[in-house]
Amino acid sequence: MSVTGPRLVPTLFERSRPGRGGDKIPHPPKDALERIPARARRTAPAALPELNELEVVRHYVNLSQLNFAIDTGFYPLGSCTMKFNPKLNEWAARLPGFANLHPLAPDEVAQGTLQLLWELEGALAAISGMAAVTLQPAAGAQGELTGILMIRAYHRARGDGERDEVLVPDSSHGTNPATASMAGFRTITIRSAADGGVDLDAFRAALGPRTAAVMITNPSTLGLFESRIGELLAAVHEAGALAYMDGANLNAILGRFKPGEAGFDVMHFNVHKTFSTPHGGGGPGAGPVGVAERLAPYLPSPRVLREDDATFRLERPGERPTSIGRLRGFVGNTGVLVRAYAYIRAHGGTGLREVSDDAVLAANYLKTRLAGTFDLPYDRPCKHEFVASATSLKAHTGVRTLDIAKRLIDYGFHPPTIYFPLIVDEGMLIEPTETESLETLDDFADALIAVAAEAARDPAMVKAAPHTAPVRRLDEAGAARQPNLRWRPMAGAEMPCPD
Amino acid sequence: MPYGPHTVEDREKMLAAIGIGSVDELFADIPPELRASPLDLPGPEPELELATRLLDLAARNRTDLASFLGAGAYRHWSPPAVDQLLLRGEWYTAYTPYQPEVSQGTLQSIYEYGSLIAELVGLDVVSASHYDGAAATAEAALMCCRSTRRERVLVSHAVHPHYRQTLRTYLGDLELEEIPLVAEGEAAGTTDLAVLERLLADGDRPVAGVLAGQPTFYGLLEPMAEIGQLAHAAGALFVAVVEPVSLAVLEPPGAYGADIACGEGQPLGIPLQYGGPYLGLLASTDALVRQIPGRLVGLTTDLDGKRAFVMTLRAREQDIRRDKAASNICTNQALLALAASIYIATIGPHGLRDVAANGAARAAELEAALTAAGAPRLHPGPYLNEFAIRVPDASAVHRRLLGRGVLGGLVLAEHEPDDPAVRDALLVCATEVTTTAEIALFADALRHVLAEAVA
Repeated sequence: MSVTGPRLVPTLFERSRPGRGGDKIPHPPKDALERIPARARRTAPAALPELNELEVVRHYVNLSQLNFAIDTGFYPLGSCTMKFNPKLNEWAARLPGFANLHPLAPDEVAQGTLQLLWELEGALAAISGMAAVTLQPAAGAQGELTGILMIRAYHRARGDGERDEVLVPDSSHGTNPATASMAGFRTITIRSAADGGVDLDAFRAALGPRTAAVMITNPSTLGLFESRIGELLAAVHEAGALAYMDGANLNAILGRFKPGEAGFDVMHFNVHKTFSTPHGGGGPGAGPVGVAERLAPYLPSPRVLREDDATFRLERPGERPTSIGRLRGFVGNTGVLVRAYAYIRAHGGTGLREVSDDAVLAANYLKTRLAGTFDLPYDRPCKHEFVASATSLKAHTGVRTLDIAKRLIDYGFHPPTIYFPLIVDEGMLIEPTETESLETLDDFADALIAVAAEAARDPAMVKAAPHTAPVRRLDEAGAARQPNLRWRPMAGAEMPCPD
Repeated sequence: MPYGPHTVEDREKMLAAIGIGSVDELFADIPPELRASPLDLPGPEPELELATRLLDLAARNRTDLASFLGAGAYRHWSPPAVDQLLLRGEWYTAYTPYQPEVSQGTLQSIYEYGSLIAELVGLDVVSASHYDGAAATAEAALMCCRSTRRERVLVSHAVHPHYRQTLRTYLGDLELEEIPLVAEGEAAGTTDLAVLERLLADGDRPVAGVLAGQPTFYGLLEPMAEIGQLAHAAGALFVAVVEPVSLAVLEPPGAYGADIACGEGQPLGIPLQYGGPYLGLLASTDALVRQIPGRLVGLTTDLDGKRAFVMTLRAREQDIRRDKAASNICTNQALLALAASIYIATIGPHGLRDVAANGAARAAELEAALTAAGAPRLHPGPYLNEFAIRVPDASAVHRRLLGRGVLGGLVLAEHEPDDPAVRDALLVCATEVTTTAEIALFADALRHVLAEAVA
């Protein structure tokens, strides 16, 4: 962001002029809609904006310039793994053979994509140590739901249907308890131990005949490897429950730790984190799920199958009655999976291990550089991310983590994840990823150290940040009190675009 | 590593700063007995070789066929402006707009998306995107249960089979019943209103929501206003499962009394790409704003009173409410919502109407040609641009059409194996990109294939 900053832009609706816009396709015959009964037809045309193409292009180019993005700067957003999105992968997903393939095309005309999906399943199984993988879930949260529904099906198939509780640590992602609720389970939250890891005794006390599953993120959302995971998994299984691993932090442990080998029963992958598919302003992602052998019968349908003659096909409807069914239409976010496949192929096994080595090295380096300026509540080697805290700084200066985050914007950096996990006071979750250069890491550390100095010198200035962004801090309470969620001409007249 | 920046010296400098000799020391907290076996994957592949591999795989798919396959995913012309704008890194390499000061582009684009879709569906609240049409439909059904505190959902059998299967998965222990279709007569293939009325009359099992598609999976038009009236009379909510391009010419859900509209946004300029990423549309009345899952963006001001956009009503979301959230959704399909917005803005209201009307015109042409070739329609009622035809031994015919370069729609029996009504039928569609030459090729091939079958 430069000091002058890009200008805010009017909405599409404000730009619209009746009669503007060019014909993109031929006019239909006049009687094209005569067969449609009048009662089913629209009477008033939809009030959509009328624009010519240049205006549309300028609108979206100018709007885009109001965004921070990986392609414009460092994005150390903890738990999100904002690594470089390789351009080859965008090219690959757009190849006409991939992009124009209909999802219900017969298997014989879809062999290229089916082979790619089958190979990708195999690669994810190898990476995770899981026995089988489904690529169907559209995102991590849907992967979680898939996993928990399979666990439910497993217990019920064994006549063990009384299990209605899911245990999660208090450092877990919000999606974990939300998923448990969606699948009809009660969530029990377990406090973390003082060292930030799972509290084994507390888990043991909560585990019992009602426990269906335990959901663990490893490394945890504090960026710490759960070194007591072996004991925890043993306790979970002894209680007859299954262990779910939230794979959001897989970027730290490629080639170092395979959840399936360690005893996890099910896990999801966030390919938009670990495997570099772009985040797209909030999505799309893809959330493949890997399972141990005993859960494989319950995988969503359809699966991709390889026949003896080395051709590939999709499972037919009803072919595997034990399946939990479908989580969505068609096969999955295939376009995203093409990108993930390309990423994994580009790296190979050795490259993926280097990814994690460099991600962990970068995080520990940044942590070292910030020691002494910020509190480090868990001061031991981290994995791919770490939590710093502004508790002491706030006590001295009144400047909070939120203010520091906003001030970083003026230095040209995207703020880290803040106030998550919930168990850290004034926390900043910082994840540099493996694709940022040493110079960038140093610039970021210098900026954070400079902001801390500013907080002591001129706290009011820091609290008023950002100063150079397209807008200043927003009235979020006002937005919620009287929600304006869609454009209406009157609202625009009352509040015109400022620039 | 293909995309890593670090030189040997960089790594040494970092190790020295941390005070360790090797990166292995940073993994010492993984218990030795839990350390991974070697990664059994092929070695790294240079970009040129990988590009060749990807080209080969893509070429193994056949996308050169004259295709009449729709069934929930449709071929359309997407102006090149759509994809070229999507390729700006500021859009696709940004994340969720949690920091609104540096995300006004994404935030305004979501607000505009909501406004555009609101115009199309005639409802006021539009969620920022769901995974796809099926998942959005499942979320709509769960909304019905939450807001009515009832546990029974009725879905028309004419809603896409994938959506019905997804509903079954999502609803879990909640009750899901299918409303059968009219078997014969003018209304054949549409939702049976008399049975619906009976299902709704069971006072011991009150219904939370009634779901019906417009157009249906079979391409037919439903009496949506009547279905809605029946649902409302029983205290249930009414959910319209819609196709967005059709809404340029068909009555919008808000006008016929739908409380919720959902559906697949892929036809709005998004490529087929074997099933995703697509765009789950979900919209509701204002009354349901606190039940709708997914992100919402509202208009507000900054400290200087400047107009700006921000995520709002966040107390519905998982990162705030955890186990009490309206849904577990986090990552959504934001880039596809952007694609749909750019598509609508580029093609314009008249263009969108022309897309829908051209599809209808091409479909009428297709119907005439296929009827003449010996495959008449299965249902008599009106349709927009998709319809079922009666073809004996549909599966074999479909396969032989493929040999003649024609993707002759969908073999319905392969997707509805238990439904005798569609045993000998293909579901075919036309859109504005369907050509007269393709229609002639299909009709000609069908004539030959049917003649071969008789011979």
